[in-house]
Amino acid sequence: MYVAVKGGEKAIDNAHCLMAEERRGDTNIPEMTVSQILQQMRLAVDRVMSEGSLYDPALAALAIKQSRGDLVEAVFLLRAYRTTLPRFGISNPIDTSAMHVRRRISATFKDIPGGQILGPTFDYTHRLLDFTLAAESEPRPVQTDIPDEAPMPRVMDILSAEGLLEQKETDGEANVGDITRDPVTFPAERDIRLQNLARGDEGFLLALGYSSQRGFGDSHPFAGEIRMGDVAVSMTPEELGFEIEIGDITISECEMVTSFTGSKTELPKFTRGYGLSFGYCERKVMAMALVDRSLQTRELGGDIVAPSQDEEFVLSHSDNVEAQGFVQHLKLPHYVDFQADLIMMRSMREEILKQTKADKKEAA
Amino acid sequence: MNFIEGAPCRAADATHIQSTQEDEYNFGYLDEQTKRMIRRAILKAIAIPGYQVPFAGREMPMPYGWGTGGIQLSASVLGSDDIFKVIDQGADDTTNAVSIRKFFARVTNVNTTERTEEASVIQTRHRIPEIPLSDDQIMIYQVPIPEPLRWVEARESETRKMHALEEYGVMHVQLYEDIARHGRIATNFMYPVKVNDRYIMSPSPIPKFDNPKLHMSPALHIFGAGREKRIYAVPPYTIVKSLDFEDHPFEVESWDNCCGLCGAKDSYLDEVILNNEGERMFVCSDTDYCTHRREQGHLGPMAAREDIAELKGERA
Repeated sequence: MYVAVKGGEKAIDNAHCLMAEERRGDTNIPEMTVSQILQQMRLAVDRVMSEGSLYDPALAALAIKQSRGDLVEAVFLLRAYRTTLPRFGISNPIDTSAMHVRRRISATFKDIPGGQILGPTFDYTHRLLDFTLAAESEPRPVQTDIPDEAPMPRVMDILSAEGLLEQKETDGEANVGDITRDPVTFPAERDIRLQNLARGDEGFLLALGYSSQRGFGDSHPFAGEIRMGDVAVSMTPEELGFEIEIGDITISECEMVTSFTGSKTELPKFTRGYGLSFGYCERKVMAMALVDRSLQTRELGGDIVAPSQDEEFVLSHSDNVEAQGFVQHLKLPHYVDFQADLIMMRSMREEILKQTKADKKEAA
Repeated sequence: MNFIEGAPCRAADATHIQSTQEDEYNFGYLDEQTKRMIRRAILKAIAIPGYQVPFAGREMPMPYGWGTGGIQLSASVLGSDDIFKVIDQGADDTTNAVSIRKFFARVTNVNTTERTEEASVIQTRHRIPEIPLSDDQIMIYQVPIPEPLRWVEARESETRKMHALEEYGVMHVQLYEDIARHGRIATNFMYPVKVNDRYIMSPSPIPKFDNPKLHMSPALHIFGAGREKRIYAVPPYTIVKSLDFEDHPFEVESWDNCCGLCGAKDSYLDEVILNNEGERMFVCSDTDYCTHRREQGHLGPMAAREDIAELKGERA
């Protein structure tokens, strides 16, 4: 017999128990520890921290374990936890030119002051499954030069000094918006857009960035610089009145450069797109930089013709916690509204059939 | 618990993982500052009936689409002496209603009830209870899309202007197109209303059957859209008019059947398919209303059947 689904507390509890059991898997296999995830699934941890917008590798690793490796679910767990955290203050802007660099490349210049540093990267690996990894293995010892500790100016700053780059007036730390404290309104300024993109789903940004390269939009970018490494975070507590360092975070940064042929009032120049993430999320920051540049179309006086240029479209749909929720809510019961449609559908059909019958009779 | 065994992890200290216990969450889960921000938005919404007030919605531990807007409203208005009722599709025992009720029982310790008359705060998805509400009750609605103009204009920047200028002609054009095409208005739920002769408002996806219950209701009705970050309200005793035309007046749906369990003819009925032969029955969507009627001795034509024990609430 088929009966309507009436979910009791018992059903929910049992479902949670089943989920926990499936998460653990075969108990003959040792349980994975949070520190193993933290150490060996680091790129997943970094993605979860970035989109979860909370820099806490241990909690991100815990979220990945709890979500059975479902990273969007892990992002959601981290966000829900983040809401409950009190806010002690606002940190000072980080200085990425003072970064302790672990990777840094530029595609626009053959060599750059400070040098190109390949660092840990999948680039130039042959994507051949490494069967030796199936067994436990020790990595080969690495020989690297210790990177220069001196500050490394950003490549874009060099172009900027020549006046070739659009100049952004910045107001320092003042008046930076926060979409977790104020709802987004349109038109949205660049600080709001960048925060939204930094929290945005990597897959969504990747597709949008890709579309802007393929002709949906008019963007011909170069990777001015991509860098990854550690920067110090500092804040100035009011009661102290001077800056103190509160820790180091790993970040990835990307600046894309796109030529802009100018307008009636402006000289030709280069424009830039910017991407920044917690941890090592290179694909994300590159895609973010492309989309950031696309979203500047309005300010640069261009026509909005492509999805990646449309800020209401991009910003309203970039968040995967929002998107996964609304898409998946369709599995909640909707039978009351469906009943309303059912009634209308039947009575409309009835009316039409009655009418056709009457018409036929008349014709006969 | 020992999550990190001596792992040399930079900038990661796992001790705080252990220090956070479930019981340490604030009353109603949200912190007091957030609740204050939401209460201010609610007050503004009450002051401008039907106007969508943007608020800084928070991430909740339930997914967007599960009622995070309503949950944030409940978290902000519930006090320790409130009695809380949660329904989804009119029923107290649907999975999501159970889950939300459990959440608030845990984070606020308030008393919960299934009885409409007993509740001081009722959170709902898709229905308004059949029993008329009183002036000491608050209805809280979960809203997926707060913007009634969204289906005629996708852009927020445009719809806000249309509301500001009371530029609502397109809504009537849309209803007219329905009539021209189908001979009737083909909107059955989330049927737009005009509140206090000013703002057009989405009553949330309640069936249009429930729209008249909003008109001059003694209760306070507040609507929360978590993902879209909007709050709006219908204050007590406010004019709420469903959009229509003089020659095509607003109508609610009706059934040829009565409730199979309690015999009610005045309630919203759900259709239930009973078996593979396609046998159907109709039952009240408002489970509390139906139970109450049966307790009073009202019996519907199928009340004696034994193969529907689960529907009758006789089996867990």
